[in-house]
Amino acid sequence: MKVLVTGISSAIGRMLTRRLLAAGWQVIGIDRRPWPDAPEGVEVFRADIRKRPAEEVFRTHRPKAVIHMATVSHFTTSFEERYRINLGGTQAVFDNCERYGVEQAIFVGRHTVYGAMPDAPMYHSEEDPPLGGSTFPELADLVAADLYAGSALWRMPELDTVVLRIVYTLGPSRYGNLARFLETGRVPTVMGFDPLYQFIHEEDAAQAIAVALQQRLRGIYNVAGPQPVPLSLLIKISGGKAWPIPEPLYNAFLGRFGLPKLPAGAINHIKHPVVLDASAFREATDYTHQFDEVQTMNAFRWA
Amino acid sequence: MVQIVDGRVAEQLARLDVPFNRYGYDAYGTSRAYISRWATIAYWFYENYFRVTTHRVHLIPDAGRGMLIGNHSGAIAIDGSMVLTSLIMEHDPPRMAHGMVEKFAYKQPFLSNMFNRLGQLTGVPGNAERILNDERLLLVFPEGARGTGKLYKDRYRMERFGTGFMRLALSTGTPIIPFAFIGGEEAIPQVMHINWLAKVLGTPYIPVTPYLAPLPLPVKCDIYYGEPMHFEGDGTEADEVILSYVDLVKRRVAELMREGLEARGDALPPQTWESP
Repeated sequence: MKVLVTGISSAIGRMLTRRLLAAGWQVIGIDRRPWPDAPEGVEVFRADIRKRPAEEVFRTHRPKAVIHMATVSHFTTSFEERYRINLGGTQAVFDNCERYGVEQAIFVGRHTVYGAMPDAPMYHSEEDPPLGGSTFPELADLVAADLYAGSALWRMPELDTVVLRIVYTLGPSRYGNLARFLETGRVPTVMGFDPLYQFIHEEDAAQAIAVALQQRLRGIYNVAGPQPVPLSLLIKISGGKAWPIPEPLYNAFLGRFGLPKLPAGAINHIKHPVVLDASAFREATDYTHQFDEVQTMNAFRWA
Repeated sequence: MVQIVDGRVAEQLARLDVPFNRYGYDAYGTSRAYISRWATIAYWFYENYFRVTTHRVHLIPDAGRGMLIGNHSGAIAIDGSMVLTSLIMEHDPPRMAHGMVEKFAYKQPFLSNMFNRLGQLTGVPGNAERILNDERLLLVFPEGARGTGKLYKDRYRMERFGTGFMRLALSTGTPIIPFAFIGGEEAIPQVMHINWLAKVLGTPYIPVTPYLAPLPLPVKCDIYYGEPMHFEGDGTEADEVILSYVDLVKRRVAELMREGLEARGDALPPQTWESP
């Protein structure tokens, strides 16, 4: 059985691939980035998911399942480009799924679609509205991609679609948005706010995606691992130092004094929590995480 | 940082019914260290300043979900603090109660953090439901900010009760434990509110006392717990039905208030009811 992974060269893409191979899948991938030491038997096509060569991969290889994780965030990519990749790319992938008889599609999304607000319930379930675009405008493209992928559930009823909203991943690869925020060592926090942060070990995230594929899940699911911890504790245990900045000065400080640069809207996600209730996924799949919050923070720190 | 934690407080907190992780946080961000420090201060006020007497604390169940419903008073959550303290310090085993906080508090620096670490969550239905389904105690003042913002001349006249708590109690099968808090209205006698300042600061009200600052006077306070009340239903009942249930709870709270007020030689002022 053949599965196509878009964005296969990412850290999680590689971890996922090893798990899929171990489970007996034949894995092919599409990515603009190379994966020079890909395991034997894994074919990686250097292509843009929106372009014709990517469609050719669907046409000639006829994968049974597709795992779409070729989305980008504000850390690496400009606004217009993000819309093209995240929304345009997701549209192209689902169109190809329909056109070339794919049976199962997994969209790997993010927990930030719910948005960070002071007046939201602390735990979000799948029914909660995705307000990420209003609290953090730089997330609007990812919110749109998430909802677009979810619409495949009724637009393409013969395709088993699952949208996974996964919390921040953290681990020895030191990749991902949370790792980028933490890795400078000087972490700009907002004075007087210490929200809960929820993260999952990257190997656990890869396992959750593999489980969704194996069990042919259908629907929209939150994916989380251990219980959340306050940001201050996360910074401390992962080896950094919190720099509390008064809110009115916050955006002026970013990108200076060795602090990371963040978009203006990011401040809501540093003041308020986005925490998921992932019980539906656990009940549907019997999935459990292997790494608790302390092991995950240490895995990141000592990598 | 010097941590001064009262010995008896530490003893009670070691037995608290909250699953803390190895750093002392639970899944809602409640912190054992914060509660220890807070409870040390609160317990001093409880014992020496407000000289609180808690009556019938044994009526609180030892485990499992429950909704504490009482009259609101005291402008700056003295009632909530003292009720939480009574449950931690007087009840055996000690129990943690999660209150529902005005939304404005979670927008403020430091306040937002403090309330979160003390397990007092934003007052939205989703949080309340989760706390109950986790078999914890929920503390609700159905008068909301209407209740704490009462002027001295209106003391012990309950404001309108919201109905959300009753629908939630029915849908989650939660017993309601009524209580009365006596003394809060005299501790912070509010003679007026500065509405324009409240608007500027985004708070529900800014209270003014005869001595200007909304600081509490050392008034003796009493907490009266009542027998748990059980209601049958699933929370989808018509407003009329819900209002009649709410009224039963409000009348029970009024009875407890009457008991407390008469014990100190006062009378219960006339009340308004939700359904005739």
